[in-house]
Amino acid sequence: MENEDVKLFNFWVSPFGKRVEWALKLKDVKYDYVEEDIFNKSNLLLQLNPVHKKVPVLVYSCVQLPPPFAVPNIVHAHKPIAESLIIVEYIDETWKHYPLLPRHPHHKAHARFWATTVEQKLGKAGWVAMSRSGEEQEKALKEANDIIEKIEEEIKGKKYFGGENIGYLDVALGWIAYLVPVWEEVGSMKMIEPLKFPGITSWMTNFLSHPVIKDTLPPRDKMLLYYHNRRNNSQNLHKV
Amino acid sequence: RMANEVVLLETWASMYGIRVRIALAEKGVKYECKEENLRNKSSLLLQMNPIHKKIPVLIHNGKPICDSAIIVQYIDEVWSHKAPLMPSDPYERAQARFWVDYIDKKVYDTSRKMWLSTGEEHETWRKELISVFKQLEETLGDKPFYGGDTFGFVDVGLISFYSWFYSFEIYGNFKMEAECPKLVAWVKRCMQRETVSKNLPDEKEIYDHAEASKKALELK
Repeated sequence: MENEDVKLFNFWVSPFGKRVEWALKLKDVKYDYVEEDIFNKSNLLLQLNPVHKKVPVLVYSCVQLPPPFAVPNIVHAHKPIAESLIIVEYIDETWKHYPLLPRHPHHKAHARFWATTVEQKLGKAGWVAMSRSGEEQEKALKEANDIIEKIEEEIKGKKYFGGENIGYLDVALGWIAYLVPVWEEVGSMKMIEPLKFPGITSWMTNFLSHPVIKDTLPPRDKMLLYYHNRRNNSQNLHKV
Repeated sequence: RMANEVVLLETWASMYGIRVRIALAEKGVKYECKEENLRNKSSLLLQMNPIHKKIPVLIHNGKPICDSAIIVQYIDEVWSHKAPLMPSDPYERAQARFWVDYIDKKVYDTSRKMWLSTGEEHETWRKELISVFKQLEETLGDKPFYGGDTFGFVDVGLISFYSWFYSFEIYGNFKMEAECPKLVAWVKRCMQRETVSKNLPDEKEIYDHAEASKKALELK
């Protein structure tokens, strides 16, 4: 008999932590949510993720009770896992209901590649476009546009990146659906023009209206305030 | 029936390409190796990795797989009958992925910053590089390999950097043996495998290559 306990340490607005929440909810896994203030990290977080000291961290605890008539030997294992995409794969391998990763090795490799590529390229460019102005913002918008064009090709003809159902890549890229519109407003710019990118726009609507996803989003006004503050801090830091 | 056609696009000095060569060797896979000139990339490379235009790229029956960590996992999944590189337990797999990700985030970038800086900045990056290796040594612990009793994913991920240790030592003015003796013992164990020793370039040739790159950068 096993008693399991799943805890997610996260910061409310983190798009990385959001991935983990989506994976857990899609698979109907019960978990406790622990809010961490990334500007004032707890000692516990620093113990759970001493290498990077970041959220999200998933902690899977398992108490294995011995079978009847055996010598008592309780095994209590706390297993912390860090790095959001690694956590998502762990969740997919541990809870088999609602598989996220494709089965075929080539499709798996493809999904993994797109998840990290888009994070590297659009995550960085989007952040700069949100927080900077003038030439810096323009340059970031061009870079963002390059990768968004590729994403549009990728989603073409599909409801989700995973096909008919939400898959690993949707979970990995879902931050685009709710965060990019917020960044666009904060940075007074547009990255995803609906007419230019109908595929992505359609996917964003599908994703955000999915029954499991729609109630998980952080409040928009809270996000706007948070990112306005981040933009102001970024602008002040770079003032000559 | 289509033959199992495996092509690897790489450059002789790339530690990321070396990972793929070691993985293919562990699995006994026959492949064709195509050396790329990064200053004059082939149309095949641009076609197979249009987004990053980087090596290594594995082309299996005409389909590309990019990013060395992703390629090695792919190889492990396709040729699963021999020499498993990933552990079977999900938590152990997560740990293995975490440490290869750590290597990818830390080793090259830190060494490059150390290599290109002077004075106080250089000292900071030098200390940081040594602490990265000390962390990796701590992670190994008393196990013969990162994979436990068997050579695994993290072993492939880190041993591919071994030819660069000599250059790190010269640029960083330290001795790996003095700083991380257990790591050096692990290197020796890995080097007993033909799949490793036959696929690592000569450390002095790597140093000459690094010196040439440095001079080229300084002339810009």
